Order: sequence, then structure tokens, then C-alpha cells
Amino acid sequence: MNQDLSYVRQDMLVQQTPPVTERGLVKWLRENLFSTPMNALLTVLGFVAVVLLIRGILPWLLNGVWEATSLSECRAIVAANAGEGAHGACWAMVNERWNQFIYGFYPRELYWRPTIAFALMFVALAPVLYYGLNRANAIMVGVVGILLVLALVGVGTDGQHILLAAAIFVALTAVAWIAPKKLVWMTAAFPFVGFYLLWGGSVWGPIGVLAGFAIFAGVWLALQRAAGVVVAAGIAVVVAAVWWLVIQTTVTTFIAALLPVGLDAIDSDQFGGFLLAFTIGVTAISASLPMGILLALGRQSDMPLVKTLSVGFIEFIRGVPLITMLFTASLLLQYFLPPRSNFDLILRVIILVTFFASAYIAEVIRGGLAALPRGQYEAADALGLDYWQAQRLIIMPQALKISIPGIVSSFIGLFKDTTLVAFVGLYDPLLGITKIVRSDTAWKGIYWEPYLFVGAIFFLVCFSMSRYSMYLEQKLKTDHR
Amino acid sequence: MTLAVEAPKESFRLSQLIYDTRYRSYTIQLIVLLLFLAFLLWLTNNTIQNLAAKDKDISFNFLWNRAGYDIDQQLIPYTNDSTHFRALLVGLLNTLAVAFLGCILATVIGVFAGVLRLSKNWLVSRLMTVYVETFRNVPLLLWIILAFTIFSEAMPEVKDFKVTQEIVDSGGSPAASMTFFDTVAITNRGSNVPAPLLTRPLGGFTVGGIPINLSVLATIALLAASIWVNAGLRRRAKAVQEATGVRPVTWWKSLAILIIPTVALLVAMGLHWEIPGFATGENGVSKGFNFIGGITVPHSFTALLIALSLYTGSYIAEAVRGGILAISRGQSEAAYALGLRPGRTMNLVILPQALRVIIPPLISQYLNLTKNTTLGIAVSYLDLKGTLGGITLNQTGRELECMMLMMLIYLCLSLIISSVMNVYNTSMKLKER
Repeated sequence: MNQDLSYVRQDMLVQQTPPVTERGLVKWLRENLFSTPMNALLTVLGFVAVVLLIRGILPWLLNGVWEATSLSECRAIVAANAGEGAHGACWAMVNERWNQFIYGFYPRELYWRPTIAFALMFVALAPVLYYGLNRANAIMVGVVGILLVLALVGVGTDGQHILLAAAIFVALTAVAWIAPKKLVWMTAAFPFVGFYLLWGGSVWGPIGVLAGFAIFAGVWLALQRAAGVVVAAGIAVVVAAVWWLVIQTTVTTFIAALLPVGLDAIDSDQFGGFLLAFTIGVTAISASLPMGILLALGRQSDMPLVKTLSVGFIEFIRGVPLITMLFTASLLLQYFLPPRSNFDLILRVIILVTFFASAYIAEVIRGGLAALPRGQYEAADALGLDYWQAQRLIIMPQALKISIPGIVSSFIGLFKDTTLVAFVGLYDPLLGITKIVRSDTAWKGIYWEPYLFVGAIFFLVCFSMSRYSMYLEQKLKTDHR
Repeated sequence: MTLAVEAPKESFRLSQLIYDTRYRSYTIQLIVLLLFLAFLLWLTNNTIQNLAAKDKDISFNFLWNRAGYDIDQQLIPYTNDSTHFRALLVGLLNTLAVAFLGCILATVIGVFAGVLRLSKNWLVSRLMTVYVETFRNVPLLLWIILAFTIFSEAMPEVKDFKVTQEIVDSGGSPAASMTFFDTVAITNRGSNVPAPLLTRPLGGFTVGGIPINLSVLATIALLAASIWVNAGLRRRAKAVQEATGVRPVTWWKSLAILIIPTVALLVAMGLHWEIPGFATGENGVSKGFNFIGGITVPHSFTALLIALSLYTGSYIAEAVRGGILAISRGQSEAAYALGLRPGRTMNLVILPQALRVIIPPLISQYLNLTKNTTLGIAVSYLDLKGTLGGITLNQTGRELECMMLMMLIYLCLSLIISSVMNVYNTSMKLKER
């Protein structure tokens, strides 16, 4: 059948390019910037704002001076380089005071101790951060080790300690590569190792506290068969408490006299800068999560007394500003604690900041618990799980997953709030150290640079925390959408 | 043959207190109660011993002693001869002032930023993202101090505003000039803003040492009455619309009801503005060392207000954005299908539903802002923390009483704000069976 249909086109037309307004940059501009008159106006306003900002900031940044000894010298250099009346940042201040911003008044020759503790923190976090990604753990530990050695060289540590740090990290990387699960022991030991490295003193103090936990575990395991789980746990708690409160000090002083092993003790008032912010922040963050979980469970509890106490605690803490809690730590604890007991201000602040954060975390987790369907609880009961098994296996994994964004934003809030410790006389990077720098005659009148520098570091830490929570949320997402 | 076997009578054994879930909770609660009481006893005992050791007692009589310090921002009359209690009140009012204004400003900023962040305009949404992320991830303290430092170090000194003889001779102008059409002078000490003055005030009286200004009271009452009348007008318009389908035009009536009575009252009382300035001598030379007239707003207040509202605004922006995103796309698609324009879709369909999601986080942001006003001590803003928990505490040495009282006041403040907002929340909630 071969008809000649002359009115039917035989071949396809060549595809034409879309009109100029519907392609490429023009289309994108029309759609995203000038879709309506209102949008066009907003775009123009936004553009003007951006241009003004850049015109104000860029020359200031570009004229920045990195090498100078005082603000006036900085200004002289800027004037010489960029002409009279030009503005320029004086980063030389950051350059000169870098160590003070990071370490506060920590003795210079001992900078290796907080630096190693900071690096070990990442190793301790590795099993938690990338749970299930074993190779990633090993790579992270290795990278942290390399960075640590570079940092130690940077702060001028002696070769002996650099070698020590390198050896530790080679060993840890090997452990992470061969038996990643074993890295959890590092996480468990980190509180003691970190405390020992930061504050120093006799090695037997932290070991004594650690021994208390060992005694607890030993007694519990030994009595579990004979007396049952609950009673054994009760007895173990009592025994461990007796060890910590009564026996430990005697034993550790005795051993310390026999075998004086230890590092130079550092006073708490030598802590400062980001070292202080991280010490308070990390300790309070890791302690407030378990406490928050317990408080949330207490608030959901069927036992009226436990519930009332939890609600009272949470609502009281959430009702008062953090500053009043900090002042309680510095002014009121001397009334509430036994006479002549005087323990470290940083420790007191950490305890009250932990209380404060845990009340907020408890509320976040309560939201997660409330969001779980009733059926999950009933299914756990139907399987014959007891309360703690149900919480551990069914309820908490789901509730915590729901509350991740809220928990992480509480953590971010807590880390930002560590700056408030300046009000009780500690040298936080923002108020404490900056005030010292600004009262130095060489740097009098400088304000943008120190605040920008401190703000940038806070931004880096907080922003990466919030990005990590997004990653975690994505990774743990199991529903289909 | 079947025998009805009775269930074996369980005799109560002591071990059931631990192993039987029916009784275990009593055991646990008893232990908790004992531990709690022991803890309280321990605390009280320690406190009594410590107080005895320091030779102190608990008494609130110091509140009636002379305070002896000055407060530069005072909403009720206060001199350094006033009592500590009076200082407490001044501080509390300062806290409330900055918290109230901050909440309003933060809400405005937050709603704008949150809606604009969802805008289809690429540039604007990116700019808002930068704003929100920058403010959320940097400590509030930094913003407060930075704002204060910029104000107090980058602004001109008072003497720069003066017209000296040399300036008059050379025909130049002073080093610094006033802003906002020559009405506001921002110096390194404070902002001098125009003060409203009345030529025919209505007078006033004092209640318990707190002066009540009848003119202000009358203006507020009139404004509230106009708002109430306007609400009635809108209700009637709605009823007409529902009965006939045609909504009567109300906007000019609303405007008239809202504006005319208040303006009339203000004009009748003779409102005029006193603009700050120097006393000028012959041929325009300034005399004196400081501005006269107007109100001087200390920079501590301005910096605290700006920093608090920008910081909290970024959180509110996130809440608003989350609330709008929580409304399913089907709602806006249905609205478009009904022929509603985008603006009306937002106002009539999306926002009323989003509001329910937004209000709970908004409440907690208001509470946070109120509690964060305590950071004013970084810039010496004398709020409740600055007066009662700061200078009064240091002068009298009564840490226990001052801190307890302060915590109690903040607790009450939080409870009041959250209960008021919860009433609003309940009224906005979806009415369900």
C-alpha cells in the first residue's frame, strides 16, 4: 500500500530551541528572581543589600593585617598598604592571642595534655557518631591522629610527647581497623582519661573512681544468681557507694604515697578559652542525655510520687534563667553543702548546667514518647518484656529517633550557653578572654575582630552539630516516603 | 466428676514487695520518698549549720533598707534613697519592658523571615537562610556585647554634636549630626530621642508609691475601646457576608474608628514632641555639656533589645517555616482549585492551620526571650538580675534570700506567660469532639 499523501510530512522536523525567555539563564532569572513585580522588587532590594554589605566588608577583609604587635601598628600598616583612611581588619590580634583564646591560662609547656584529650574525644565519639560504619571509624581515628601530631608540633610540644601521641593513635587506628567494636572501651574510659589529662594530679584518683564501677559490676555479677537482679543491683550500688565515699580516699592516698605516679596538677582557674567551653559543654552534653531520659521516663511514670518529683524538677529548672543556676553554683552551694566542703567551681558549674540541660532534654524526649502510638507499648507488654526491656528494645529507640532534632538543638543551646560562665568568674572565650585582650593597651579599641573570631568558631561547631543531626535523621529514617 | 478447685490462696510474702509488679511500685516509691526526705533533711541541716557558722539568719527585712545606688533607666520614680524593694520593682519593670518589646519585635522579624525563607525568590530565600543560620549558631551573648560595643565605641561623642565658635566662624558643620530628620541623636552614651509632651495633661495620682498617669491611661482605654468597636464592625460585616454573600466595604470605617478618636484625644491634650538639642547662645553656638530635652535611652537597653529580638526572631522564623511546611500541599492545591489567589490562600487557608503548629514553639521562644533578658548584666542593664540579684545582693550580702526571691519571681513570670499563651493556644486549637 503505497499511497502518495503529499499533505503528510515524511520526515520529522528538527527540534527547535525554546524561545530565549524559556531557556538557560533568562528562564532561571524569570522564574526565580522576577516572577512577579513584588518578587522583582524584593530581588532588587536584596541585591542592593548584598552589594552594600560586600562593599562594606570586602575591603576591610582584604586589607587585613596578620603580622603586627598592636592595634596602632595594624592601622599604620593598613594606611601604608591601602592608602590613608582605608579600613582593614587586624587579625594580628588573633594571631598573637591564639593560644590564650584556645587554652586560657593553661601552662604553655603542658598544651599537649588538653590537645591529646581533645583528639581522644573524637576517638571516644567515633563508635557513637558513626555507629555501624566500621571503616569510617578507623579512617576518622587515623585522620584525627595525623591532625593531632600537626597540632602538637604547632603548639611547640617536645618530641617525647609527640612520639607518645603518635604511638597512641597508631595503636588506636589499628584497634579501630581490626576490632572496631573494642573502641567502645575507649568511650567508656574517656571520662577518666580526659579528666586525668586536663586536671592532672595523681593517677590513682581517677583509677579509684573507676575501681568503684568495677566493684559495682563485680558484686552485681557475683550476687545476680543468688539474690536476683534487683536485689543484687541494690547491694552493688550500696557497696560501690561505700567504696567511693568512705574507703576510696584512704586507699588511693596510701597507694599514691607508695607509687607516686601522676602529672602536674592544674588549678581550675587556669582553664579558659575554648578549652573551658569544650570541657563544660562536652561533659554536660554527655551527662544530660541519660539524665534527661530518666527524667522523661519519671514524668511518664505511673508512680505518683516519682511523677510529681520529676515534674517539679523539670518545671522549676525550665522556669528560671540559666544565669540564676550559675549563680546558685557560685554563691548558694556553699550554703547547701556540708560545712568546709569546697569543691571545684568548674565542677559545680558543670553539675548545674547538666541539670539545666537535662530538664530541656526531658521535655524533648517526652514529646518523642508521646508521639509513639499506644500499640508499641501494648506490643511490648504482649511479648512479655518487663519495663526496662521494653524501654530499651522497643520504646527508646523509636522515641529517641523522633526527638533527635530537638535533642541536638538542646545540645547546641547548651554549648552556646557555656559562654555564660563568664558571669561567675570563669574565663570563657567570649566575655572573659576577649575582655582581657581588649583591656591590653596594645589592643585597646579592637572589637570586630575578637568577636568575629570567637563567633566564627562557635558557628563552626554549632553548624556542624546541626548538619550532623540532619545526617543522623536521614540515616535512621525507616519509613517510606 | 469435677471439683470446683479454688484458686490457691496466696499468702503475702515479703519478697513480693520486690518481685511482684503489683507491689513493687510501692516499694520503689517508699525508697524514693525516704531518699528525698533524707536529701531535704541533709540540705536543711547543712544550711542551718552554714548560716550559724557565718553568723547569718534568713530575713527579708533588708528589702526596706535604703538601696543607695542609682539606676539609669527607671520606669517608676526612683532615687538612691529609695528602698531595695523599690529597686527590685524598677528592675522587674525593666525586665518586663525589654521582654515585652522584644517579644513583639522578634515576632515581626520572625514571621517575615520565616515566610520569606519559603519564598520562591532565590535571592531572598538564601538571604533569610543566611540570617537564620548565623543567628541561631552563635551565642546570644556575642550579639548583645557586639551591639553594645558598636554603639558605645563607634558612635560619636556628645561634644561632636556641638556647634562651637570656630565652626560658626569657618561656616562648617559639627563632626556629628542627628539622624531621622534631625530628631534623634545617637551618642556613645545613649540615644537621645524626642519626648512626647502634653500641654493640657489630665493629671494623675499615685497608688502605693507608683504614679499613675491619667493621660496615658485615657489614651490606652480609648484605643482599646476603638479596637473593640472595630471588632464589632467586622463581626457585623461577616454576618452580612454570610447572609447575603456580599461583604460591605469596611476598611475606611475601620481606619476611621481606629485612628480618629485617639488622635482627637491626643490633639485635645495638646501633644507635641520635645526634640533633644543643645541650648544655643548667640549666633548659634551650643552651650552646656549635654543634650537637654528629650529622653535618653541607654545603649544597654537598645543593644539588649536589638540582639534579643534578632536572635529570638531567627528561632521564630524556623518555627513559622516549620508550621507552614507542616500543612500538606493538598491544602494549597485545593485552595488554588477553588480559584483563590496566592495571597488569599496564604491568609485564609494556610496560615490559620499553620498557626496551630506555630503557637507552642512560639510560647517557648517567648519564655526563652524573657529568661534571656538576664544576659543584660553583660552590658550593665539593670533588670531584675542586675538590681536584686546584682547590686542589692552584693551590698547586703544576703545571697540566699536574694537568689530565692529572684528565682521565685522568674518562676512566676514564666508561669504567667505560659498560662496566658496556653489560653490563646486552646482558643486556636482545632475544636474536636
